[in-house]
Amino acid sequence: MNCRSEVLEVSVEGRQVDEAMLALVHTILLHRSTGKFHYKKEGTYSIGTVGTQDIDCDFIDFSFVRVSSDELDRVIRKAVGEFKDAMGNGTDGMGQISLEFYQKKKSRWPFSDECIPWEVWSIKVNVVNLANEQERQICREKVGEKLGEKVINIVEVINRHEYLPKMPTQSEVDNVFDTSLKDVQPYLYKITFQITDTLGTSVSTTMRRLIKDTLAL
Amino acid sequence: MDSDLSPQDKKDLDKFIKFFALKTVQVIVQARLGEKICTRSSSSPTGSDWFNLAIKDIPEVTHEAKKALAGQLPGIGRSMCVEISLKTSEGDSMELETWCLEMNEKCDKDIKVSYTVYNRLSLLLKSLLAITRVTPAYKLSRKQGHDYVILYRIYFGEVQLTGLGEGFQTVRVGVVGTPVGTITLSCAYRTNLAFMSTRQFERTAPIMGIIIDHFVERPFGNMGHMHPCNYRAPAEEEGGYTGVEDSQEVCTTSFSTSPPSQCVSALSTAHLKSLKPAVMDTLKVPVMSLGFSHQMGIPGKEGGVPQQVPVQPCHAAQAEHARASSCLPNDHVPAVPSGSGEDAEASSRSTDGKSVSPRDVMETTFTRKVGAFVNKPGTQVTTASLDLPFAAFAPRAYDIEENDPMVQPPESPATSSPLQGSLHSQGSGESGVPAQDDFVMVDFKPAFSKDDLLPMDLGTFYREFQNPPQLASLTIDVSSQSMAEDLDSLPEKLAVYEKNIDEFDAFVDTLQ
Repeated sequence: MNCRSEVLEVSVEGRQVDEAMLALVHTILLHRSTGKFHYKKEGTYSIGTVGTQDIDCDFIDFSFVRVSSDELDRVIRKAVGEFKDAMGNGTDGMGQISLEFYQKKKSRWPFSDECIPWEVWSIKVNVVNLANEQERQICREKVGEKLGEKVINIVEVINRHEYLPKMPTQSEVDNVFDTSLKDVQPYLYKITFQITDTLGTSVSTTMRRLIKDTLAL
Repeated sequence: MDSDLSPQDKKDLDKFIKFFALKTVQVIVQARLGEKICTRSSSSPTGSDWFNLAIKDIPEVTHEAKKALAGQLPGIGRSMCVEISLKTSEGDSMELETWCLEMNEKCDKDIKVSYTVYNRLSLLLKSLLAITRVTPAYKLSRKQGHDYVILYRIYFGEVQLTGLGEGFQTVRVGVVGTPVGTITLSCAYRTNLAFMSTRQFERTAPIMGIIIDHFVERPFGNMGHMHPCNYRAPAEEEGGYTGVEDSQEVCTTSFSTSPPSQCVSALSTAHLKSLKPAVMDTLKVPVMSLGFSHQMGIPGKEGGVPQQVPVQPCHAAQAEHARASSCLPNDHVPAVPSGSGEDAEASSRSTDGKSVSPRDVMETTFTRKVGAFVNKPGTQVTTASLDLPFAAFAPRAYDIEENDPMVQPPESPATSSPLQGSLHSQGSGESGVPAQDDFVMVDFKPAFSKDDLLPMDLGTFYREFQNPPQLASLTIDVSSQSMAEDLDSLPEKLAVYEKNIDEFDAFVDTLQ
């Protein structure tokens, strides 16, 4: 099966990186999370309820909706924070955050489980530095509009209703969903990022954040 | 042709579409209330959360939606539309966007109703949540209050987009194929309010120019009243509603992982005996004049009718801030363990003084302008008694009393008319302050902090400060004159410095 790949590009000012990334990642995860599954006998299951929350950005004229889950928010903020730190402060630069949804496929011993991505979102970020407050004010509004366009793009892709993993049985649920959170259940995902310095060469700071660490034997 | 659809599937599909339509309206209207929405996730399904999403049901909105649907379902040629418009305090209104839930003939026969269609409808609602924050009307609705309010209107039938002006844009939220047709959800929004979102409405001529294309005949003027997204129009929806019987129907919460033939969809009411009231945050709405009392629809079998009594409509004319704040908290019926921080915030917001009706707005400003001096002739709120720095030098207010000692010290003549006496002393009152010190005196005014007691609007302040005198040291004449002098005096200065070179060296040493 082919992995679906989508690319989103934004240009932001240094202090907007966090919020822009949060907005887009949370918007994607809102659509890729369900309520917790509760399996019952006879092969049926019921699904919990997903709450939502409005978040206003401080440095961008933008508001977005995310899943009401503090745990999930913490995980995402941590990843975005690491990305921001790697991008550095006060310098122009380019970077890319990848949000990859995958399925695990159990392999026989001694091989470890395979992670098969089925959807990858690449968010390319171009960080600019602005000289004065007026430019920053314009940037606030412009980035807000751009993020709105990206949200529309995300929704468009998701509503094509292309491949989604089959709903798993109880024994398989951990191969499809991240069941570690208490209140919601996103599809298995990982966030990775790459930083490109201004010269355009890729610096070797690709870090992996695995939710279920399939590479550790 | 839905001959392939089993009766159970058909029934389920109709129910899904109906509740999807109701939830769509709820999401749209709640997104235009002007407040941030927050609902809690719950890992245990309660059976009353349609599409596995925590979306509250505002009773009036449900009522309006059902009224518009009148027992029908959105279908081919029968679209359900939610129109969002803006109404200024002067009474001018403008359509901002129209959300359309339509169905076309393209059928997807193979799709599974109770599973795939349901999940896709859930996804579509999530997309709707995301998109409602992105259209221009969202920012406007967050700023509603003093100058304008946001209204909604639900209608059923043909889509009308003429009120959106020229160049309106359309954004498609999503589509879901079903065996009887494809459901499409989209939004058409006005574009020529882009500049409005970045500045506040001013009560000046431009606003008439902006909405001048609205004075057109509404072709379907009788299609129903507009409803405010934050307060109820008087008289229409009075009394408690019994229209919550549909919440007795339980949404599908149970799915099967087995092959389709063994699909068990739990759309029966058998779950009801184990249901308890949904534990949700109540929706906090800034209560302008009238309040919604909110709670999730409690499954009807438990409580009968009605589960909660909405706030008795207070008429807009009576809307006072204090009253508004009393409307909201007391009418929360269930003991909902909502975040208390939200409560406090909401109550304080509701007392923050957002007036709504034109009358309110005018009353408010009137009170603010004259209250300090006119209403308290006895307790002289003199400028001297204000806790302002250099209050004695502060100029008098617009509606100053004649008794104010600042204005009329015993020996000086009568004051000029209050309207003139804004920033400059008129020669009376401020004894011993020469004319050129007027400017100095202006410096002591606390420009933004105490406008109740020294009413001075921002425009006046701005005009005053717009043209300050040039700094003497920066004037070009002076510098060009002294340039030649500087050059001439350089050798002398150098000689002096050389003479004192030891001192300079000693100084430098101390620095190291």
